[in-house]
Amino acid sequence: MTSPLLSLRAIGKAYAGRPVLLDLSLDVLDGEFLTLLGPSGCGKTTLLRLIAGFEHPDQGSIQLAGADLTAVPPERRPLNTVFQQYALFPHLDVFGNVAYGLRRERRPRAEIDLRVREALDLVQLGEFARRKPQQLSGGQQQRVAIARALVKRPRLLLLDEPLSALDAKLRRQMQLELKRLQRELGIAFVFVTHDQEEALSMSDRVAVLHAGVLQQLGTPREVYERPANLFTARFVGETNLFPARVLETQGERVVVDCAGQRRTLPTPGFAPHAGQAVNLLLRPEDIRVLGPDADHGLPGTVIERNYKGSTLDSLIRLDSGQEVLVSEFFDEDDPAFDYRLGETVKVSWVDGWEWMLPADG
Amino acid sequence: MAEVALPPPRHRNLLRSALLGLSWGWLLALVLVPNLLVLAASLLNRDPTHFLQLPLTLDSYRRLLDPLYLRVFLDSLALALATTLGCLLLGYPFAWALSRIDGRWRPLLVFLLILPFWTNSLVRTYAIKQLLAANGPLNGALLALGLIDAPLELLYTQGAVILGLVYLLLPFMILPLYAVFEDLRPELLLASRDLGAGRLATFVHVLIPLTLPGILAGTLLVLLPALGMFYVADILGGARVLLVGNIIKNQFLDARDWPFGAAASILLTAAMALLLFAHRLARRRLRDGEAP
Repeated sequence: MTSPLLSLRAIGKAYAGRPVLLDLSLDVLDGEFLTLLGPSGCGKTTLLRLIAGFEHPDQGSIQLAGADLTAVPPERRPLNTVFQQYALFPHLDVFGNVAYGLRRERRPRAEIDLRVREALDLVQLGEFARRKPQQLSGGQQQRVAIARALVKRPRLLLLDEPLSALDAKLRRQMQLELKRLQRELGIAFVFVTHDQEEALSMSDRVAVLHAGVLQQLGTPREVYERPANLFTARFVGETNLFPARVLETQGERVVVDCAGQRRTLPTPGFAPHAGQAVNLLLRPEDIRVLGPDADHGLPGTVIERNYKGSTLDSLIRLDSGQEVLVSEFFDEDDPAFDYRLGETVKVSWVDGWEWMLPADG
Repeated sequence: MAEVALPPPRHRNLLRSALLGLSWGWLLALVLVPNLLVLAASLLNRDPTHFLQLPLTLDSYRRLLDPLYLRVFLDSLALALATTLGCLLLGYPFAWALSRIDGRWRPLLVFLLILPFWTNSLVRTYAIKQLLAANGPLNGALLALGLIDAPLELLYTQGAVILGLVYLLLPFMILPLYAVFEDLRPELLLASRDLGAGRLATFVHVLIPLTLPGILAGTLLVLLPALGMFYVADILGGARVLLVGNIIKNQFLDARDWPFGAAASILLTAAMALLLFAHRLARRRLRDGEAP
């Protein structure tokens, strides 16, 4: 087991008495792409600023490669930041911006020239060296900001919602490019975003933050398929919630009552006990829509259909009043696939595809 | 119909021409013509009864180079530079702080900054004179505190003149600086620190270049008046401190040498033009110029 590159221990931070981060501990491994994911105001940007050294934690410690960073000013931390609005120096051209960090290190001129050229080639901006940042498009400015941070060869790169100012298509392109850079350079990235799709597609690990508390830390798959709590389940992707009650436990199985239906499910990550209220979480793509005559499933009516190209998304109102979101891939061989608005159906799922959480979780 | 609301194009053009004409007329009559008259006066000979007479001559400009006057000009320039530096040293941190405090208080503070303008500067200069006088409140307080045994000779010194000029001109330094500080994005300073520049390096390589237009504009607004505010030198410096403004005033009102006074005045105008040019250059450089 390699020791972590960056280690945050029991970090606490408050602004004017209002807590922003609460007892937060987190490790970043060398060379990994870690995303801090959460809604605005969850503390993710504050955490990034603490790592960069722009703010100081009220409690806790920050260690980088074993050295305590807590009292080290930002200019002496071996890490660099890509800012949300890029923060390029308007009085310097692209070359001057990228060379800024090396000039402060008083590197020889030839070395600066070489390394700046390399960094600009890396982000495919070689011929823009003499332009001013104001003369570049948003995507190009973003690349300059990345080159400016990478030219310093940091151990760790911090990225504060770097793609939020770009349009959807450019954003997708920059996601792939950032991922490529990270793989090629082997630098650890700590990436802040509120976009769960971005987080899932880019990261090695995702840290979900809410109200200053780390909700879950895991691979994108773990976070999506096995959310630690309801917040994570709801924030990371769409989720259908079915309240249920534990009837009995049978070794590896647990029998629950879900809207009058008895289902025998695999034992979840916690130890359920008879009579306990639980929630069954199902992603829209895990729901099966059956005909009204099926021998199991919860009855309901189709109230909305959205054609999404590769999937068909429907909203089904159960007889209990609950609305269920379903996302099905097209199966052209299935004549029963299409259904009309107002049609009565039954929704069900394959036992074991649900994710069970205690109702008070 | 839309056409009813708007006057016909011909009338609108007439209105535009009238407004433009008025502005140009104003500039022509009250700025260009007086300046041309001063320029003309500086090129004429002195006349004991009619003030000015032909033929044209560069004699007044030659006299500006006289070591006696050159001395006064250089002294006055040094005094104005000291004033500008004083305003910059006080105004820069002040403007920075003003741009950083809670937005609710800013309008009030800017208002307090310009409030003294409601009182004539001559009156305020006399007030400073009272403060600095040998039997004034400042000396009184120092004596009462036992910090000094005899009143300090504060008045009629170069220091008193600089103090007066700094006091009168400080808002003109702060306001343009405040404008650039307000536009300054704080992330730029963080980015600099992040890239390995300490506080001092960030100040030199990011903050100064980005606030340079404000520094130059403030310098422009302080340096030239500091050369010309003769009454401050008269009231606070006695006869010991002379500004270029005192020379100009003396030539017109006491020595009755209009050509020489006009030449000295043209010198100031030329200095202002030079500074304006430098300011424009700096702004353009910041907007789309080249890297150093």
